[in-house]
Amino acid sequence: MHAFAELLDRLVLSPQRNAKIRLLADYFRTAPDPSRGYALAAIAGTLSLNTVKPAMIRDLLLERMDAVLFQYSYDYVGDLAETVSLVWEPPVGTVQSDIPLGAAIERLQMTGRADVRSVVRDMLDHLDTSARFAFLKLVTGGLRIGVSAKLAKQALADMGGKDVAEIETLWHGLSPPYLPLFRWLLGEAEKPELSTPAVFHSVMLANPVGEGDLDALDPRDFAAEWKWDGIRVQLANIGGVKRLYSRSGDEISGAFPDVLEAADFTGVIDGELLVGGTARTNRATRSFADLQQRLNRKTVSHKLLDAYPAFIRAYDILFSGEEDVRPQGFVTRRAMLADLVESAAPQHFDLSPLVPFSSWEELDRLRADPPDPVIEGIMLKRLDSPYTPGRVKGPWFKWKRAPFNIDAVLMYAQRGHGKRSSYYSDYTFGVWTVIDGKETLVPVGKAYFGFTDAELELLDRFVRDNTTDRFGPVRAVRAEPDFGFVVEVAFEGINRSTRHKSGVAMRFPRIARLRQDKLPRDADRLETLQAMIEAREGA
Amino acid sequence: MKPDALLYPAPKGLYCQIGDFYIDPVQPVERALITHGHSDHARAGHGQVLATRETLDIMRIRYGDGFCGTSQAVELGERLTLNGVEVGFHPAGHVLGSAQISVHANGIRIVVSGDYKRRRDPTCTGFEPVACDVFITEATFGLPVFHHPDDRAETRKLLTSLTQFPERTHVVGAYALGKAQRVIALLREEGYHQPIFIHGALQRLCDYYQSQGIDLGELRPATLAADEKQDFRGTIVIGPPAAFADRWSRRFTDPIAIFASGWMLIRQRAKQRGVELPLVISDHCDWAELTETITEIAPGEVWVTHGREEALVRWCELQGIAARPLHLVGYDDEGE
Repeated sequence: MHAFAELLDRLVLSPQRNAKIRLLADYFRTAPDPSRGYALAAIAGTLSLNTVKPAMIRDLLLERMDAVLFQYSYDYVGDLAETVSLVWEPPVGTVQSDIPLGAAIERLQMTGRADVRSVVRDMLDHLDTSARFAFLKLVTGGLRIGVSAKLAKQALADMGGKDVAEIETLWHGLSPPYLPLFRWLLGEAEKPELSTPAVFHSVMLANPVGEGDLDALDPRDFAAEWKWDGIRVQLANIGGVKRLYSRSGDEISGAFPDVLEAADFTGVIDGELLVGGTARTNRATRSFADLQQRLNRKTVSHKLLDAYPAFIRAYDILFSGEEDVRPQGFVTRRAMLADLVESAAPQHFDLSPLVPFSSWEELDRLRADPPDPVIEGIMLKRLDSPYTPGRVKGPWFKWKRAPFNIDAVLMYAQRGHGKRSSYYSDYTFGVWTVIDGKETLVPVGKAYFGFTDAELELLDRFVRDNTTDRFGPVRAVRAEPDFGFVVEVAFEGINRSTRHKSGVAMRFPRIARLRQDKLPRDADRLETLQAMIEAREGA
Repeated sequence: MKPDALLYPAPKGLYCQIGDFYIDPVQPVERALITHGHSDHARAGHGQVLATRETLDIMRIRYGDGFCGTSQAVELGERLTLNGVEVGFHPAGHVLGSAQISVHANGIRIVVSGDYKRRRDPTCTGFEPVACDVFITEATFGLPVFHHPDDRAETRKLLTSLTQFPERTHVVGAYALGKAQRVIALLREEGYHQPIFIHGALQRLCDYYQSQGIDLGELRPATLAADEKQDFRGTIVIGPPAAFADRWSRRFTDPIAIFASGWMLIRQRAKQRGVELPLVISDHCDWAELTETITEIAPGEVWVTHGREEALVRWCELQGIAARPLHLVGYDDEGE
C-alpha cells in the first residue's frame, strides 16, 4: 500500500493537471496487479467496500491511547484519518511490513461484519504511517484528492498510448481490478470485449466560433440549432440495459429514474438534459438553477420528481436500434432522430428545433436575442458531418450569446497555485450598494483567469502596493470611491443565491478587461445585477 | 533550596539571580548565556555574552561585530563558575554550535536544553544527556502526532522527483541557519553531486559551515545580475521559506515548491502553503524522542518551555513525573 499512499500524498499537493496525470501514469505503469486496478477504482469512485464508521476508528484508538492526548492531537490536525494514522502505535515487537493494496482490499471484502474491528486493528498495526492514512481514507470512504475519473482515464490513455475516447467507451463494461484493461494498455493482450452493450461513447464536441472563422464558410452548408443551458447527456438503451451518462462518461442514471423509465426506444441518443416541460407538452423549459436541484444525487424523492421533472431535448443519434449510425451525415441522422423522438414519451423527450437562417449576419442577430431565456447560444453543424468523438475543428461550432459584463472593484486577492504561487492571481470583486444609508462595496464574485500575463503583473503589483489587511494567503486591498482598481468582469449567467451575502451568484466569471481609466465610484451597482436576474425571470 | 530559587522565568527570560545571568533572554540584559544562534534565542544588544565559539561566530555574521559588549567563548564540556554558580555547556544536536546549558548550585542541577534533537546530523555534534534535577525541555513538536520519518528517505523523495520532473526547477524552502546546510549535506550523502543553487540570504552561513570543515559541495548563487539569464531547469535551488511567496521565485521555470520542515508532516500545513513536495526534516525532537529523552534523563522535575506544552505536561503526569509549563514568551513556536 506504500506506493499508493505516496501517490495520494503527491496528488493532493500537485495543483497542475499535467503533473497529476504523470504521477498517475507512472503509478499505473509500475504498480502490480491487482493493486493498481483497485487504486484506479478508488480514485474513479468505482470501488465497492463495506465502509467503516469513523466512530469505530476512534474507539480502536482509545483502546490504547489517553483520551486527553488524543483530543489535543485531533484538535491540532483536524482530520480524523490523518490524526489516527499519525498517533497510532503498534504493540512493541510488531513487525511492519507493507500490505499490497490489492491484498488489503480483498481481505476487507472477505471480512464479515463481526470481524471488521479486529481486521482493521491488525491492518493499522502492520502498516506504516502514510499507508495507514491511505487505508483509513479508503475504509472510511472518501479519498477527496482532487482527481476526477476523467483525469484517471487520461492517465491510462497516456500510459498505454491510446486515445482517451477508447477508454471511455470501454469503461462501463469493465470492473475492478480492471485486469484486462491493464493487459491491453501494456500491449500484452487484445482490447477487451465488452459484455455490457449500453456503454458510453465519447461525445462529439464543438469549437467556439473564432474571429473570422465564419468568413470562409457558406451558410448553406450548415444547420443551426439553439444551444440550451442544461447538461449534455448521452442516453443508451441497448440489449435491455438503460444508462444515462454525463458528457464526460460519468453514469448519472440514479438521479434521473423518470427519464430512464420513459425511454422505450432502442438506441443511443445525445441531447441536453433539462427540467420543466417539453415543447411537445407546451410548457416552459426551466433554468439551470432548477436543474441543479436534480444534479449530484444518488437517489431522488417523489417530491423532487414532481417539482423538477426532467427531460431530454435530443440533439443527435449515435445508434439507431443496434446499428451504429455515427458514420452517416448529420441530415440523415437528424431524420432518424426525429422519427425516434416522435414515438417517444412526450413528457420526457423532444427534438431540439433547427433555426432557419440565410446569412451569418441574420444568425448573429438571432443569437443576440434568443426566444427563450434558457438558451445560451447557437450550435452550427455541417450538414454532411459524421458523428466524430472529441473536439475536431470544422464540422461543429458553438456560438455563444454575448456574455454579460459589469464593472466591479477589486476587493481581495489571494495567491495562486503552482506556477502562480508568487502572484496574487485570484480576485474577489464587488459592486456598490447602500447598507445602513452608506455607500458600501459588497463582494459579488471571484475570478482567476481572463487576463494576460502582462495584466497579471499589473494586478499583482497593485495588490502588493495597496494591501490594507491580510488574512492568511488573502490580502484586502484599497477600494475607496476615488482610489482602487476597476475590472470589467464577463460572465455567462446570473442567479439568485442564498449562499452569497450579496444574494447573487455569477456563472463562469472572468476578468475581461482592466479598467484603469475608471474610478471605483464609476463601477456598477448591485441593483444592476438584480435587474439582470429579474429580466431573466420575467422573460 | 527549591529549584525555582536557582532559575526562574522573568520578563526578559530565564534568570539566575545568584549567578546574575539570563539564558536566551528576549530583551537586552547585562549578561546572557546563549544556547544557539537562531534569532529568537540569540538576540543582539546584550552587555556580555557567553556561548560556544560557533554560536558567537554566527551571531557576528548575523548582527555584525558590535552585536554585544564583550563575548566569551565556552567549549562544549567546559565548566565555569559565575558568582559561585557552576555553569556547563553540553552538545544539543540542534544546529552548528548549539548547546544545552547546565546550572548547578547548592546541590541542585538544572539543565536548559534550548532547542535540541536526537538524530544524527552531519552538520553538528550530537545531543548528550546530562543527569539533572530539573530538565527544561522545548516542546515544538510536543504532540503525539509528530513522528518524523527517516530524513534520508525524505531526501530521496526529492531526488526521485528530480528524475520524475527533470524539466522543473526544484525550489526548496529551508531556514537559513541549520536546516539549509543539513538538507545540502543530506543530499550529498545520498550521492547528489551537482551544483546546488542558493539564495543570497544563505551565502554567508553556508560559507561559514564550509569554513568549519562541513563539506557542502559546490554551491552557486541563485541570485543573478539583472542582465543574466540562466536556465534552472532540473536543478535544486535552496532559499529561506519566505522567499518563495516573493517575486524572487519568478526567475525559475515551472518551479516545484518544496519545504523542508517538521511541520510538513501535517498535510493541511503543506497544502496551505502551496507546497507540492513536503520534506519532513526537522531540527527538533519528535514526540517519541522528547518522551524518550525525559525517560532517559529521569529528572526529578520537567519544565516545558515553548511549543505545545500542554500535551507534554499531560504525558509527564501520566508517567508520574512532576511537570509544569513555563509560559515563556518571545520564542518562535513555528520557526522550523
